[in-house]
Parts: sequence; structure tokens; C-alpha cells
Amino acid sequence: MASVVALDSLLDSRRVWRGQPQARPTSRQPTGFAALDAQLPSGGWPESALSELLLPMDGIGELRLLWPTLARLSQAGDASSDEKIVLIAPPYLPFASAWANAGVRLERLQIVLAQPRDVLWATEQCLRSAACAAVLCWPLQADDRALRRLQVAAETGQCLGFALRDAKAAANPSPAALRIVIDTAPAQLRVIKCRGGNPPTQPLPLSALAH
Amino acid sequence: MLWACILLPQLALDGVLRRHAAPDLPLALISGPSQRRVLQAVNEAAEAEGLQAGQPLTTAQTLCHHFAKVDYDSAAIERTHDFLAAWAYRYGSLVSRSLPSTLLLEVEASFKLFGPWPRLEARLRHDLSELGFRHRIVLAPNPWAARALVNRHDGLAISQEAPLQKALGQLPIDASGLPLDVCESLGRMGLRRLQQVFALPRASLGKRVGAPALQQLDRLTGALATPLPYFQPADMFEARIEFNYDVTSSQALLFPLRRLIDDMAVYLAGRDGGVQQFLLRLEHDRGPVTDVRIGLLAAERDPAMLFEFARGRLEPLTLSASVGAMQLIATELPPFVPAARDLFDARPQQAMPWQQLRERLRARLGDDAVHGLAVRADHRPERSWQIDVQTKSLPTSLPRPGWLLKQPVPLRDHRLRVLAGPERIESGWWEADVRRDYYVVETSMGQRAWAYRPAGELGEFMLHGWFA
Repeated sequence: MASVVALDSLLDSRRVWRGQPQARPTSRQPTGFAALDAQLPSGGWPESALSELLLPMDGIGELRLLWPTLARLSQAGDASSDEKIVLIAPPYLPFASAWANAGVRLERLQIVLAQPRDVLWATEQCLRSAACAAVLCWPLQADDRALRRLQVAAETGQCLGFALRDAKAAANPSPAALRIVIDTAPAQLRVIKCRGGNPPTQPLPLSALAH
Repeated sequence: MLWACILLPQLALDGVLRRHAAPDLPLALISGPSQRRVLQAVNEAAEAEGLQAGQPLTTAQTLCHHFAKVDYDSAAIERTHDFLAAWAYRYGSLVSRSLPSTLLLEVEASFKLFGPWPRLEARLRHDLSELGFRHRIVLAPNPWAARALVNRHDGLAISQEAPLQKALGQLPIDASGLPLDVCESLGRMGLRRLQQVFALPRASLGKRVGAPALQQLDRLTGALATPLPYFQPADMFEARIEFNYDVTSSQALLFPLRRLIDDMAVYLAGRDGGVQQFLLRLEHDRGPVTDVRIGLLAAERDPAMLFEFARGRLEPLTLSASVGAMQLIATELPPFVPAARDLFDARPQQAMPWQQLRERLRARLGDDAVHGLAVRADHRPERSWQIDVQTKSLPTSLPRPGWLLKQPVPLRDHRLRVLAGPERIESGWWEADVRRDYYVVETSMGQRAWAYRPAGELGEFMLHGWFA
């Protein structure tokens, strides 16, 4: 028979792993919505990582979700720091006055028009460059290898990356650190993957996204 | 004043070798009429085969079968000489290239910036070795003396008058730069070194050697000040590489391209300028030239960066015909304003400034691919945004969608719910007249749309934007 070992000595020698949740450092990139921050394990967007927004159709709230973050990033820093917010191949024209009303400083906003086959390349360049505060891309076809490249690029460039994709991709695995599906009926957000914690079970109604 | 004399003993050969794909194989420069071709200069590998300058071509061909023959092109040598003068211009404002294969550079005024002579000399030598030119350098208080001394010395630095006279006196007469017949007649008189010539009575010496040689001697000692014509760098840069074989793929153009761009960067650094637009001209054996225009949004002069942009434009090119020569032309050289950098930059290692990233994106995606956005004071939605112009206007408090469609499309949905509106937008009678009633509507799918009807009508909605 094995000799009896005091539990305390095992714990002290760190040979037993205890499944205690560690207090994670809170993210320096809050989403701007307290209800959403509360659902995310780091209390905000995962830093230096790719987040995926899965949309069943265009124009159902993706900008409402992102605008507070983009506005905060575009106003951050002094006048000399010049980190850009880059939109790569957006499906529509960003309407300047609406973006300005949302608080986004337009001189920090840059739009890159790219053919579908160049979107991933351009996104990777922007993420890796460290010249951007946030990069939003609309890739039409992206497999998990391509997304993994973007994820690594975002880590290298310490940049917030957002990939806005069709909700059909929700069933496929993805290396993105955070995946959020936006539903229309009922209008709600579902976090289906978040690094560093289990995804919340309850969806978040879109109406909760108020300041 | 202190003058550095840089002698380039193999200017013509080095100018060819540095652009040659295989500089280690035997190579000879050839000149003369077609009946009597003569080797002008040979490289080391050719010398090892027994070739030497001055040999007739036929003799050379019996000695060695496979050496590369390049025409001795005096215009190309002039261009190389000009290029080196432009390089020297960055180390001093008084540069003279009037003597063949020689650069004279006033350096005393530059010591404050570049440090004392040994350090400056090391820089000059390092640069010349990088550029691929063999050289000898001598420093002396007067340019003519420096030119004479460099015939026999390398690395000599004299800054005082007395040692200069001593060094000049030790110089053999045939190395003094006096005309050949004067050297011969002085030799027949039994004179070997310059000090013996200086010791002769001036009047009788003048009678024997003539006034021009006497003037030359006076210039050496500094007794006769002769101004030099100074070099002024041109306001444009032009360089050309001719291939002695046909290039058919754009990949093979990259090596010569790098040479051209490095040369341009050297030139720009000398002028303290940058380049915003340059042209790569590919010359074909037959047919018109291919021009590749490379435009940047800001003046740049970093060779690696310029090379990358030029490469981005060159690589997708499919060559219609083989290329015989490549030319780089930059006509506008605006002043270069370096970007301010933070001393304690907190960004990651591979960081690339936005300007460079933008140029890289533009190089691949097209010139108009990257743009900013600005608000314009116009009520018509199509005209109330614009690309990249910094203007300010009052943000409107009325609902405006985040996404705007380039072209309004009919919104076909039978269960539309009007949330707000109408808002009449009526403007632009002087050009594209717009009279519309805008509504905020919700589609059956739950999207919120910005749609309009022509003013006063109750027809079909036209979709113009999404409240995303």
C-alpha cells in the first residue's frame, strides 16, 4: 500500500494541479457595452487577437457593436500617434457622417479596396504591420488555415483584428479567439467561443447594447 | 582648405564590373576601329589568363577563348564619373570632377559634421568599396598637390605646408603630372625628383620647360592659385543598365533593378532629397519601350523600401518581348522629410510605419486602393462623403446609416415597417437634382434600412443604406 501523503505537502510542492480559475488580467479593450463585457472572460475584446463576427445578413447591428470600440481607438493617443483603423473590402460605402456621429475620427479611418483574392493578403499585411489599431475585414472565402494566419498576424502586430463573415461559417471550427453570432429573430448576440473561459450560455439581446 | 583627392585608377572597368552578372570571369574593355580592336582594360581573371591592356584583340583571342568583351564607352564613363561626383557631394560642397578619373573634394569644412579626417577617410573608403570602385585617397592643402601625390601614395594625409613641400620634393618627376616631353627633357638634364627642379633658378627653368610647365609647378607648390570648376548635382536622376543578353522574365530584372535603386538612393542621400515618382523604362530590341511608373504618396529615399515598391510593380508584369536595357528616370526630387520616430518605441519588432504599409498595399492592389474618408457639407447622401480630403463640417443629428449603397436599389419587401420619416432631402438643382423623402424602415428580416421614395410619391422604396 502506498504510504499516506499529507495533502498539504503535495499542494506545497506543486505536484497537484488544482482546477481553480485564475484571475485573468482584464482586457484593455472593453467593448463599450457593460453587458457584453460581463459575458466575456477577459472583460473585453481579446487583445492582440482575431475576433470573428458572424452575420446572417448585412446591416443588422455589426457597426453598432463595433462603433464604440472604433471610436475609442480613434480618439486614443495624442495627435502624433497615428494608428489607423483599416476597413478591408467593406461590402458598402461607410457613410462618413454616420461614422463621424458615432465618434470615429475620420482622419484615422482608412479604407482598402481589394479584390476577393487579395483580401486575406491585405488583412495579414495590416495586422502584422503594427501601424493599425484595429483591422476589419470582410473575407468572402476563408478556411481555418487562412484565419490562423490572420490570428498569428494579429498577435505579431498587437492589433485588434475583426473578421466579419457569413453566419453559415459558425458551424466550422475557427482559430479566432472570440466568435460572436448575431441573430435577427430574436435580435440577439451569441458568444459561441471565447478564449480563456466557457462561452456564456445565455444569449444577449441586442436591445441590451445600450450605453 | 584641405583637399582630398580620390583617384579611381580603374573607373571604366569598375563601372562595368559592378553591374556585370559574373564579375569573376575574364572580361576586357575593348576600343578602337573594327580593323584594329585593342584591349583597354582587363579584370583580374583576364589578367591571370595572360591578357593585358594595350593588346590587340586578335592576340587576346589566341591567348584566351572565352573572355567577355565589353565596348569601352566614354559616355558611360562620364556618367559613372558624374555619379561618383554626386556621391562625393554629400561629404562636401566643393567637389571637382574636371580631372579625368579623379574626384577632388574639399573636406576641412566637413570635419565638424563627419569627424576628423581618419574617420571621414574610412567612410569614403567604405562607401567606395560598397559601390565597387577601387580607389586611392590622399589629403593635401592644395588640390593640385593632392592630385600629384596620389600618383605614388595612398592614404597619405598632409595638413601643413612644410610637410607638403617635403613630400612634393620626394616625388619622382615622372609621377608629378608634368607633360611627358617636359619630364623627358628634365630627365635628360639629370633631374630625378621634384626638389631638384624646385632648386633651379626660376627664370632659366622657365626658358627650358616653357610657361605651361612652370605654371603647373607653381600650382603644385601652391604659389599659383587656380580655381577649379565645381560640380553641381543635376536636378534629376537617370541611370541605365544594358544587358548583354536578352532578359525574358521580370524576375531576372530584379538584380539590375536593385543596383539602379541603390545608385539612386546614394544620389538622393547626397542631395538630401527624396523621390516621389520614378519611371522604369524597359527597352526591347524591337517594338516600343515598356514604361513602369512608380508613384509614392510621400517622398522616400530608403533603398530597401524603394526596391520593394518597384519590385511590386515589376513582378506582375508580363514582358511582351525580351528586354535589352533598363533605365531608371526620376525627374522630380522633392526634399526629403524624415518621419519622426519615438525613441522608446513600444511597438513590436517587425513594425512598419503606416506610410510604408500603404505603399505596399497600393503596389499590389492598385493606386486607388487605399483611401480615407471625410464628410462634405452637402445634403445629398451621394455627395456628402468624399475620399481623403480633410474638411470639417457639422455632424448632423438626423439618423444616418453606417453603410451607404453606391447605387440605390429597389427594396422589395411587402412587410416593411416604417420607423421614422419622411425626411425630405432636396438639393442640387444646379447639377444632379435630388428630391427625395427618406424613411427609416425595418424589413421582415429585422434589418433596419434607409430607403427613399421620390418626393411626394407613394411608390416603391429605393434602398440606400443599412443601419448596421
